[in-house]
Order: sequence, then C-alpha cells, then structure tokens
Amino acid sequence: MKAGKRSRRGVKRALVILSVIVVLAAFLVPLIYGFAMSFKSVEQITSSYSAVLPRSPATIKLQGKDLELYYVPMPDGTTKALAAVEKTRASTTFADPADAMAAPLEWKGNWRTLKPVMKLDPHEENYSSAWNMISFPILLKNTFVYAFLNTIGILLSSSFVAYGFSRFKFPGKGPLFIIVMSTMILPSAVTLIPTYTVFQAIGWVGTWLPLIVPAFFSNAYNIFLLRQFYMSIPQEMDDAARIDGANPIQILYRIIIPQAVPALVAAGLFNFFYCWNDYFSPIVYLAGKSKLYPISVGLGMFSGMFSTRVALVQAATVMSCVVPVVIFFFTQRFFMQGVVVTGVEK
Amino acid sequence: MGKRAMDLRRWERRWGYLFIAPWLFSFVVLYLMPMIASLGFSFTDFNPATPDKASFVGMANWARAMFQDHEALASVGKTLAFIPICLAISFIFALAIAVVLNSRLLLGKSLFRTLFYLPTMIPVVASAIMWLGSLNAQTGWIDQILAAVTGLPLTGQKGIRWADSPGLIYFTYSLITLWGVGNTFVIFLAGLQGVPTELYEAAEVDGASWWRQMFRITLPMLTPVLFFNLIIGIVGLLQYFTVPFVINNGTGYPGGMSNFIMVYFYRQSFSYFNMGYGSVLAWMIFLIGLLFTAILFGTQKRWVYYAGDKR
Repeated sequence: MKAGKRSRRGVKRALVILSVIVVLAAFLVPLIYGFAMSFKSVEQITSSYSAVLPRSPATIKLQGKDLELYYVPMPDGTTKALAAVEKTRASTTFADPADAMAAPLEWKGNWRTLKPVMKLDPHEENYSSAWNMISFPILLKNTFVYAFLNTIGILLSSSFVAYGFSRFKFPGKGPLFIIVMSTMILPSAVTLIPTYTVFQAIGWVGTWLPLIVPAFFSNAYNIFLLRQFYMSIPQEMDDAARIDGANPIQILYRIIIPQAVPALVAAGLFNFFYCWNDYFSPIVYLAGKSKLYPISVGLGMFSGMFSTRVALVQAATVMSCVVPVVIFFFTQRFFMQGVVVTGVEK
Repeated sequence: MGKRAMDLRRWERRWGYLFIAPWLFSFVVLYLMPMIASLGFSFTDFNPATPDKASFVGMANWARAMFQDHEALASVGKTLAFIPICLAISFIFALAIAVVLNSRLLLGKSLFRTLFYLPTMIPVVASAIMWLGSLNAQTGWIDQILAAVTGLPLTGQKGIRWADSPGLIYFTYSLITLWGVGNTFVIFLAGLQGVPTELYEAAEVDGASWWRQMFRITLPMLTPVLFFNLIIGIVGLLQYFTVPFVINNGTGYPGGMSNFIMVYFYRQSFSYFNMGYGSVLAWMIFLIGLLFTAILFGTQKRWVYYAGDKR
C-alpha cells in the first residue's frame, strides 16, 4: 500500500518536472534560435541540413582534391559515408575515405537525393562583423554612461526622499505619498510634449541631459521601495543617534543607509536594467544623433537596416543581452526580493 | 511640555519637507506643470519648428481626434482590443508558472525560477528581434517545430505568418510580451507563498479537489496581487510602443493593426511634430488610463479580498 502510494507520487513528480522542462524549452526557443543563428553563414541559414546547429557539408582530401562526403546506401542494406569523386545526374563514383586502396564504387541514382555528411562549422566571425558594423564599443559606452549616471542620480535622490516619507510627520504627508504612488501609473505621454519643448528651448534635446538630470530628483518606484525598507529599520536607532547629537542628515548617511544596502542594490539594479532596456526616451531625445545612441536604439536601427543579414542581426542581439544577463545571474537574490517588495506590499 | 512638543513638531515638519524637497520639485516641474501645459497645448496648433506661429485653435484638435481622424479612433480601438488579449495570455501564463513553481512536487525550484525569469532581463528590442526571427515562416524554428509535432505542412510557403497576418499579430505580440512576465510571476509566487497552509489542510480534510482549492482558496487569496498587477498591466499596455515600433517602424503593418495609440502619438508628435494634436492624443491616453484605474478601484470592494485588518 505504502510503496504504491510512494511510487504514484514519484510518477506525479516526474510528470510535473517533465512538463515544466517542455514548457521552459518552448519558452526559450527564440533565445536558442538567436544564439544558433548568430553562428551561421548565409548558406547555413537556408540549408535544410543545418536546421539547428551551424553545420556545413563535410569534405575530405583525397587524391589531392577536396571531396564531399555522402551517406551512400550499400547493397547489404547499411549506409556508409563515402567521398564523391565524380558526380553526374545518373550515377556517382564514390571512394571510401577509410580504405584508399579499395576500388571506386559506382552508385546509380541522383547524388542530390543522398544525405550529405555534415560537420559543425560555426561562423564566430559574425560577432566581429556585427561588433564593427554596429559600432558596438560606442553603443556600449553610451549605454553604460546613461545607465550609470541615471542610477547614481536615482539612488542619491530616492534614498534621501524616502527617508522623509518614512520618518517625519508633516502636514500633507499622506496625500503627498498617494501622489507619489499615482505618478507611478501616470502615462509618460501626458507630460512629454511640454517637457520636450522646455528641454529643446534650453538646448538639451540631442544630448543625454534630459535622460539623466531628472533622475537626480528621484522617482516614485524607488522612493516606494526604499521607504518600505527604511520602515523596517527600528526608529530607536535614529533616536539613539539623535541623543548623541547627530542631525537627520548625518543619521541617514551614518545609520540608515549602511543598513539599507540590500534595498539600495535592488533599486540600483532595477534602474540600471530599466535604462539598459529603455527605448522610448532615447529615440525622442536623441533622434538623429547616432553617436549618442544607447544599445537598444542602435540595435533597433541595425535590425531595420540589415533585416536580410539574419546572422549579423542575431549576433548583435545576443551581444546586447550579455551584460544584463550576466549581472542578473550574480545578483538575482537581491533582485527577486525587490520585485516582491514593490509588488506585494503595496 | 507643550512648548517642547511644539518644537518637536516644527522640527519634524522642517526636516520632513527638506527631505522630500527633491521629489516635490520634480513633481511640480516634471509632472504637474507639464500636465497642465499639455492640456493647454491641446488647444493650439503648436509645432516646434515654428513655435512663434502657434495659435489658439479652440476645440479643433479635440474635434479632429474624436470625429474626423479615423486613425486616432482606430488607434484607441486597436489598443483596447489588444490589452485584454495580452493581459489574459500573460496572466494565465504567469499564474501557471507560479503555481507549478510553488508545487511541492517540483524539484530544482530556484533553477527553474531563474530560467523562467531570464528572458525578462533581455532588452525588449532584443526579444522582439529574436521572436520575430524564430517566428519567420521561412527560416524560423517555431513553424518547423509545430510542423514536426502536429504533422501538418506548416513550413515554407504554407508557414504560419505570425507577424504578417492581422488575425494573428496580437497573439504574436502577446508571445513577445511573455518574455517580460518575470516580475508578474515572481509577485504571484510570493502571493501564493503567503496563502496560509491551514486553508489547504482544511480543504483537504473536506475532500475538496485541486481545482476547487484553486478557485475557492488560491485565486481569492491572490486578488490583492492580481489587482495591483492589473493596474500596472493596463497602464503599461496603454503605452505599448517598443515592440510594434521596432518590428513595423510605426507603419501600422499589418493592416493598421500595430497602429496603437502610443505609436500614433509618437508619429503625430515626433515625426510630424504636430504637438498640439499630439497633446490631445496624450490626454486621451491619460484619460483612458484614469478611467480604467477608477473602475478597478471602484469595484475592488466586490472582488478584491483583503485578509485580516489590512485596509
């Protein structure tokens, strides 16, 4: 009885794991596709024998010539990989690469119906071509500068503002915090045109300033995340420091911030990835300034211009994912924690 | 005592306002004033190429958007048609992943969680390119896999034209959106982990089936999380832009289906620089978002379940 129950549970468990793996594999197909395509030549992309891996027909040097290998059916019903010495429509002469002394074998039939022997043949040079064509170092530098400065601004300002909302009583605090939260869901379009007009009047359109300067005045998402974390730090720590004569700014930087490092890391990561991903603001404010483009815009342009060069576009796409994916693997614990705080505790 | 309390209150007030000053400044300068200004702009024919020639046109822009410009109304319609399709697909998928990752039967949960989250880290532009490639009818893998699994002739000329067929394009966009579903499923997962296990134990004793537990315990307990994600999701999709813009460059292809309101807003405001008219479209996005948010908040008492004394 007991053994039966346990084995039924084992079967259930195997089914669950198997179905999760199938769904996950389907979910990640485009990622695997992009990666595989990025290593292919133009011929390999269209070849039906190279559907998944970048493979090319294998050749072998025999009698001073490069000969293609095919799987040839033998009279005894097996197949053998043989080198095609002479190909005509009606019959082909094959040599056995394993036994050079053997007499050449003539096979009746169209050689095109035979399956060629394929070997792995990745074209990693796609990456260097894409790297140069898309000016990857410039895009990378631009994206880093934008994401880094923006994140510094967000952390400095939001850690400051969040302290105000977490520790002090002042008239209008409740309504003001509701306003903070509602700016989170305010569509950006409704403020964009006047903001753009002002930035244009002061000569900031076509520079990074509109993308970076507002970050130094905090944003709702990070205020909320950090405030939630500050609230979990006991008020007694502030009080003790205040009795020792520290003012609130000193308390924030000496007592609170050192304890809020995990939350700051989470907020910083969110913002960094947000900038890395951001497409709309750069195309609005940097339109036409291709030397200033971040990677998202550069990649979008590249894929539009070279839509026929599938392998190069996919190579550039893979390159654009490397930094966020690698950072994510090392920081995911902080990261998921932050998602949960902003998502569940609202 | 009274004076000291007064001093403390004044002290708190002063420091409180000092700390929130950066946000207050950005709220006034980057939110409040621009919002009012864009309402003002919507009554003018402002064009940044000829800013001095801008003149007051009254309700003309609004009348144009409401009654004359078919593309404007169509873009609202397309957006409203897309939102429920995309939200339904993403929520069902996110919920299914969360339920499975929360299951006691699954081993290696944290590895699966990481791998399901992974595509969320991929920049949206890159996801669009990878999906578009793998959905290509000639060289993509998805049609080939479907052909192999179902045995139907779905490759080459007979391939499913995911990105070119007006009937399928919203499904295709929704698939691409699934690659951004990470935050939603992590939040659902946290919500599931917050459901008290006693509830399931009691249901087990009463002999309730898995589905019954799902609909009577799990889903009701998740409604607060669902509520939050619904608002974020609707407001986010009202501004759906990057994927259709990268794939179709704002042309509306196929058959005007990708002419979402944010795409149209961008085209009017930053391609044609009709910023007066663009402001009308921006306010329409805002008002639709406000309407949905109001409906959700207004009905939340009826369907959102808050356990204990929360609210």
